[in-house]
Amino acid sequence: MKKRVLLSALALTFGLALTACGNSGSNKAADTGSKSETEAAKVDGDVFTIGSTGPLTGAAASYGNSVKNGATVAIDEINAAGGVKVGDKTYKLALNFQDDEAKEDKAVNAYNKLMDSGINVYMGAVTSGSSLALTDLTAKDNILQLTPSGSAKDITKNPNAFRLCFTDPLQGKMIADFVLDQGYESVAVLYNNSDEYSTGVYEAFKDELNTKGQSALIVNEQSFTNDDVDFTTQLTQIKASGAKIIFVPAYYEAAAHIVQQAKQQGIDAAFVGSDGWDGILGQLTDKTQAEGAVFLSPFLASDPSAAKFTDAYKKAYNATPDQFAADGYDSVYVIKADMEKAGSIKSEDLIKAMTEIQVDGITGKVSFSADGEPNKEPKFVTITNGEYQLFDNN
Amino acid sequence: MLINFIEQLINGLRTGSIYALIAIGYTMVYGIAKMINFAHGDIIMVGAYALYFSISVLGLPVPVALVITVIVCAVLGVVIEKVAYKPLRSAPPLAVLITAIGMSFFLQSASLLIFGSTPIPFQSVIPNVNISVGPVVISSITVVTLIVTAIAMILLTLFVNKTKMGSAMRAVSEDKGAAELMGINVNSTISLTFAIGSALAAVAGVLYICQYQSMKPTLGALPGIKAFVAAVLGGIGSIPGAMLGGILLGLIESVSKAYISTELADAIVFGVLIVVLLFRPSGLLGKKKIVKV
Amino acid sequence: MKVNKKTIINIVIMLLAYALVFVLINSGVLSRQYKSLIVPICVNIMLAVSLNLVTGFLGELSLGHAGFMSIGAYSSALISIALSNTLPPALAFFIALLCGGILAAFFGFIIGVPVLRLRGDYLAIVTLAFGEIIKSIINYLKFTGGSKGLSKIPLYSDYRNFTVVFIITVITIVLISNLINSRDGRAIKSIRDNDIAAESIGINISKYKVSAFVIAAGFAGIAGALYAHNVGIIKPSIFDYNKSIEILVFVVLGGMGNIPGSIISAIILTLLPEFLRGADNLRMLLYAIVLIVMMIFNNSKFKSSLSLNKTFRKLGKEE
Repeated sequence: MKKRVLLSALALTFGLALTACGNSGSNKAADTGSKSETEAAKVDGDVFTIGSTGPLTGAAASYGNSVKNGATVAIDEINAAGGVKVGDKTYKLALNFQDDEAKEDKAVNAYNKLMDSGINVYMGAVTSGSSLALTDLTAKDNILQLTPSGSAKDITKNPNAFRLCFTDPLQGKMIADFVLDQGYESVAVLYNNSDEYSTGVYEAFKDELNTKGQSALIVNEQSFTNDDVDFTTQLTQIKASGAKIIFVPAYYEAAAHIVQQAKQQGIDAAFVGSDGWDGILGQLTDKTQAEGAVFLSPFLASDPSAAKFTDAYKKAYNATPDQFAADGYDSVYVIKADMEKAGSIKSEDLIKAMTEIQVDGITGKVSFSADGEPNKEPKFVTITNGEYQLFDNN
Repeated sequence: MLINFIEQLINGLRTGSIYALIAIGYTMVYGIAKMINFAHGDIIMVGAYALYFSISVLGLPVPVALVITVIVCAVLGVVIEKVAYKPLRSAPPLAVLITAIGMSFFLQSASLLIFGSTPIPFQSVIPNVNISVGPVVISSITVVTLIVTAIAMILLTLFVNKTKMGSAMRAVSEDKGAAELMGINVNSTISLTFAIGSALAAVAGVLYICQYQSMKPTLGALPGIKAFVAAVLGGIGSIPGAMLGGILLGLIESVSKAYISTELADAIVFGVLIVVLLFRPSGLLGKKKIVKV
Repeated sequence: MKVNKKTIINIVIMLLAYALVFVLINSGVLSRQYKSLIVPICVNIMLAVSLNLVTGFLGELSLGHAGFMSIGAYSSALISIALSNTLPPALAFFIALLCGGILAAFFGFIIGVPVLRLRGDYLAIVTLAFGEIIKSIINYLKFTGGSKGLSKIPLYSDYRNFTVVFIITVITIVLISNLINSRDGRAIKSIRDNDIAAESIGINISKYKVSAFVIAAGFAGIAGALYAHNVGIIKPSIFDYNKSIEILVFVVLGGMGNIPGSIISAIILTLLPEFLRGADNLRMLLYAIVLIVMMIFNNSKFKSSLSLNKTFRKLGKEE
């Protein structure tokens, strides 16, 4: 008896659940039609939908929300100015942003949900892992993928995928060269070993020092894990090692805790960071704690070209935009330029036109090479008098 | 080398004292209500945001803000108990555990909606000065946290063992049905337990953001789980055990990060916990219970 | 086993369920979002049913199920990446799945033997600790890819190979429910209900405890292998204690020691966050509220008053 109940329950729920899904699926199919019809419907309509996924809840929520908010600011600006002219048509932009909790399996669901509801371009994912899980799917759908902030190398391996931010290897190499150029005699590293971005940058940094024959420069190597807020133990060890500069490839929240606690311990070594540091000043109660720190950034919130964005963002969300927000904002403008250049909103045309555009965004002038990487020069930014300043090499 | 070691011990005290304070609240609720309150860590988060809201948004003076924070959390604790846990009092303990997890999700997503996901920086309300003892430096916040934790431990132990309300709590802990027959109001006793536990979480929240000066909706999750480990290490239900467990956990964490491996520090901490439990199955200061048929 | 009417009905129901899903997938009625949920539902059913063996039937609270899942996921992924060019996919996948399950069961054994001496909440925290230790070590090791994890895992078990996943899920359910209804299963339940009495009538408590734990770990490993070959990328951070808690939620919501309940709650709770996508910012808040309300409803008097309904009575019955 028991087993029958068991199996009928199994069948029943499977059946019910899937019929329910089937219904909602067929409703959607009725809304948008099959794939070829969807394309046709899109051409007839005047809304161009940008789909994106990123963490809106959970521990990584701030990254996804920043990209979403930055992109929304850009879309509102463009729509207020009349939309995007493609050939003889004018499109209004719309954003469909789905939560993926920074988890790969949820990202797949979220992306499929986007494809069900019909998107013209996929602007995601926000985090590297989710982007990696989706690269083959977007290639199969042959839809343009532009990740605003996914920095792992393999994301752009397919011809339909592009990225706006710097890759981990590029950053690690540049920072290693910076440390060598500035003539520091010893460097300590504090990285997040449970985060692929942080370890990726650090490994590239180490490789570059190795190739330059300077691996002896690293005198101390410490790590932390996601959600850590206390770095005093690692900093005490770094202090004892007497390193002249501390390399912290991490996001701004951890970086803010680290500079704060280093100051408290009386560490006077210099700090150098990766592009995740952007937004650190917004996290500090005492802005002098990060004085003199240098980090890579494509974006300077105080830059006049970014001022319009910064104002609009502050007004809408009551927060200073960070690099994720700037990436989201610029990605939308890249898509706009791409649509205009392609003269069509067909995926093939959009992908083809990507290598032909140049966009002067707030994260710098950018064009894209055929392998999907952005051609733009990262800037070193330093913190002087509690403000971000361009780092002056002399 | 010796100074380095002492410095690392002080770093351990810094985190350990916070774990200890959270663990006391955990163990208190567990000891009386016999449930693992997974939402305890999130009440710390609510405490942090309540303090921020009272000071930065409402512009209240610090002492008033502190009182408000404690009251908000205590009331929240009682409300949570009434709404989510009380209907399940006769249900299996695991059902209550899952509801507590649901409550933890609820508090996190509610504060995500209200305060947003960007971490909010917050200036410590306790003057943060370094106190030098010879060549060794200790932060004033660590000292305050340790003192507060010790006072909380002593007061609670006295309260539970010496007062009438405390006896009622112990009676409820032993046997709810019998306690009720003895004329003890079980509902109000459990409410009081949650009020005290949550007030302690509020204090922990205040000290936490004074120490780390930043808050986000998920801030309570990790300290919550660490404090749970600390409470088990010390013997869950035992208030001095919770303090001991918390401080030990901080020290082990710091020493293994400094001298063994930062990458394996978590594994080492949990390893120590397992070894302790294998030799002392009820934790360091826990009472050994023999189950009879 | 007697071949009687019930068995035949079971098989028919199973085939019908399969046919329904098969038609839905291939007719294109099912949207992509829900197609991508079919395998996660099966994986979650396997996880829930296997954890139910330990938590529901043996009565021991385990918070380390995600650890066993990660061992199955990692070992099978490493094997199928290594074999993908030399062996035909079906064989490579079979070997990977088998090794994933066996290795997870082996870890279940070496963890189970010492810790099953502990009881209740202490056992819970120790299993949680082991789960976290496994996670830290996978993160530390080099051949597992550290924090970047493993990617480019061949997609042997995505929805296009639904048949395989369905069969494995059914095998899991049938094996575990047969075990529970067997002599050994009654011994396991007797340990839960009263271990001292069980021991006094000559039941070898340690043996049954460890074997239940090992079996559950093995199936969790197979579920992990299916997960890895569905998503194609795995990271240590996926298999943290939150994942274990998620599995525990399936079990408790469905009813301890209630296998159909586990299956239903795994299906509902996998679909729920996806149904709630329309709610946008309120998604996780609604999920939390639904979870709390379902828990309270599950244990309320209102529910027991519905017991006239046969299905409800069966589902709500305390084992």
